[in-house]
Amino acid sequence: MSTVTCPECAAEITLEAGTEVGEIIVCSDCGVDLEVTGLEPAAVQLAPMEQEDWGE
Amino acid sequence: MQRRLKIGVLYSRVRVEEKWIFSALEKRGVDFDRLDDRAIHFDLENPAPWQEYDAVIERSISYNSGLYALRILNAFGVPTVNTAAVAEACGDKLTTSTLLAKAGLPQPRNVVAFTPESALEALEELGYPAVVKPVVGSWGRLLAKVNDRDAAEAIFEHKATLGSTQHQVFYVQEYIAKPGRDIRAIVIGDRVLTAMYRKSEHWITNTARGGEGELCPITPEIESICLGAAQAMGGGVLAIDLIEHSERGYLINEVNHTMEFHTMQPLSGVDVAGEIVEYAMNLAKVRAS
Repeated sequence: MSTVTCPECAAEITLEAGTEVGEIIVCSDCGVDLEVTGLEPAAVQLAPMEQEDWGE
Repeated sequence: MQRRLKIGVLYSRVRVEEKWIFSALEKRGVDFDRLDDRAIHFDLENPAPWQEYDAVIERSISYNSGLYALRILNAFGVPTVNTAAVAEACGDKLTTSTLLAKAGLPQPRNVVAFTPESALEALEELGYPAVVKPVVGSWGRLLAKVNDRDAAEAIFEHKATLGSTQHQVFYVQEYIAKPGRDIRAIVIGDRVLTAMYRKSEHWITNTARGGEGELCPITPEIESICLGAAQAMGGGVLAIDLIEHSERGYLINEVNHTMEFHTMQPLSGVDVAGEIVEYAMNLAKVRAS
């Protein structure tokens, strides 16, 4: 099981099975949105802030 | 021997919808590429790498990135779900309203002006309360319910002073007192696939804003109005949002071209992602034949 460290609060986060690169996860400690940028090795970075033209 | 079809999926973030679409493609053994819109680029003099795709499913979160990518892909002759023309019609809410009006479909009343002063005059004629909407935007952001002239003056001044040029288009819609819910229906091609009520105590019922879902039966009336709305936009894979008016019946609120369906798919049991993939595969087969 892969674990990563939250770049915001340093909490240890375990990536669930089936997690994909590009997926957004939420740090359970500080609540920040993180984007999964790698799986082998597991890596995350702060997700981009919502833009004005984002949506469906 | 028949060539194997190739599909591209253009995306910004892998949300649950994109995961389901990837999974539906994998399940069908389809050759596909994941195209992160932050990593790709187009060379307009060299369409060949893109023309390898028999169809592209566009799932960009950014309206602008998605729209321009679709315009380029369509110019390259690559079929897309949806087309650039449909994305433009749906992504710009004022264009949506204009096309719905042209088709004679029921919707809330809309007025448009290009200065705060003329917008105020138009709003006064429309009456309070009203909703000031950005022409481009989703997830219920920057919608303003305006209850009186004081609020209208403040909002128009703020938009004129703080907003981008796009916010200088003052798009004002009649406020409809919803019965604590609205309806979202998914249309693919000429079929209404499924529909749900989105419930919320707040006047904005978008599930992205915390609204809850409940299955809505597809009545002949809902089917007819949704197919009409889809046709007015140019067809494809669309989500039609309806408001129930106590006297005027169903009114079309908006049409989305890269809809989210994380609430709809588990609630309805309908494989929306699989249906999107099937639709794209049919486009791809037509191109390849």
